[in-house]
Amino acid sequence: MNFFKTIYRSAVLENPTFVLLLGMCPTLGTTSSAINGMSMGLATTGVLICSNGAISAIKNLVPDKIRIPVYIVVIATFVTLLQMLMQAYTPALNESLGIFIPLIVVNCILLGRAEAFASRNNVISSIADGIGAGLGFTVALTLLGACREFLGSGSIASLSIFPESWGALLFILAPGAFIMLGFLIAIYRYLRR
Amino acid sequence: MVIVLTVTTMAAGFLLGFVYRSTAEARDKAANDKLVAAVSTVVSGFDNDPVAECTTVSVGNRQYTVYPARKGDALTGCAVESSSDKGFSGRITIVVGFDREGNILGYDVTSHAETPGLGAKMGEWFRGEGPRSVVGRNPKAAPLRVSKDGGNVDGITAATISSRAFLEAVNSAAEAADTYYSQFTK
Repeated sequence: MNFFKTIYRSAVLENPTFVLLLGMCPTLGTTSSAINGMSMGLATTGVLICSNGAISAIKNLVPDKIRIPVYIVVIATFVTLLQMLMQAYTPALNESLGIFIPLIVVNCILLGRAEAFASRNNVISSIADGIGAGLGFTVALTLLGACREFLGSGSIASLSIFPESWGALLFILAPGAFIMLGFLIAIYRYLRR
Repeated sequence: MVIVLTVTTMAAGFLLGFVYRSTAEARDKAANDKLVAAVSTVVSGFDNDPVAECTTVSVGNRQYTVYPARKGDALTGCAVESSSDKGFSGRITIVVGFDREGNILGYDVTSHAETPGLGAKMGEWFRGEGPRSVVGRNPKAAPLRVSKDGGNVDGITAATISSRAFLEAVNSAAEAADTYYSQFTK
């Protein structure tokens, strides 16, 4: 399969957030601002590319019965590596994403892509799939974060557009995340119809 | 099967151990930098290293970390790390700076999980203008309370629980600073 075609398919046709509805917990939890959403997306993308590549490389060595535990170990290793690197070099970002970084381990997107794609395809196309799914997730989270931030506090990526006191606080809180996600999925489906 | 699982976990263990060791220094430095930054925003005009000279004092059954600020040999003030578990979503940790009379010089919220847009404003709110500010107040004379509870500090609009918890942490920090000064002068 063509490298870019795979990226396109995983990012757009099978967008993890808008089409597959995977990884909802970080999607709703970390998107109170555009920057937070984007960093969460990029962190997940990094882990996804590494884990997809590694799992695809070892897929023939792993017996079928224990493939899930092995995949979990691989994913958990990359997540822990990422967290240690973030603690060391981007402590502020690590703080603002908090518990959601270690929770990447249980993000369904990672195990889902490992099961559905990396365990059946070669390393190169698995990496392409990781890039695609990761980018799709990142764009979705950034978009959701930007919409919530705009409606809730009147700014996008901390650039103020209208005064904060005019914002509807609801959109910063959890219910706003559900409402906004619903609208975005509806718009996405409408555009893809 | 067993071999594959063992080899995978061992490889993962070695990789993690290696990265853990090679980033240990940078991670410690990042944590320390944050503390140094917090301490130097809340007390100023010192020429020692408050973080290196930190001590603990106990008030009641609680321990507080105190960072003394000295200029030359004279103690000019201190920064106290204090916390409250009465926040809207768990623990709030703050660092408060006091001068020798116990007046608040400044504060910094080092960790919290309050609601964004409401309680999370406390990092800026209590530095603001007028009766919302805690800077310059002296909790030793009368503990700080939000106006809703009969005090004279304007709490954060729609976040009274967070405001109460914040002021509780400030008050207990003041107690700790007072205890520290009385031990120091003894």
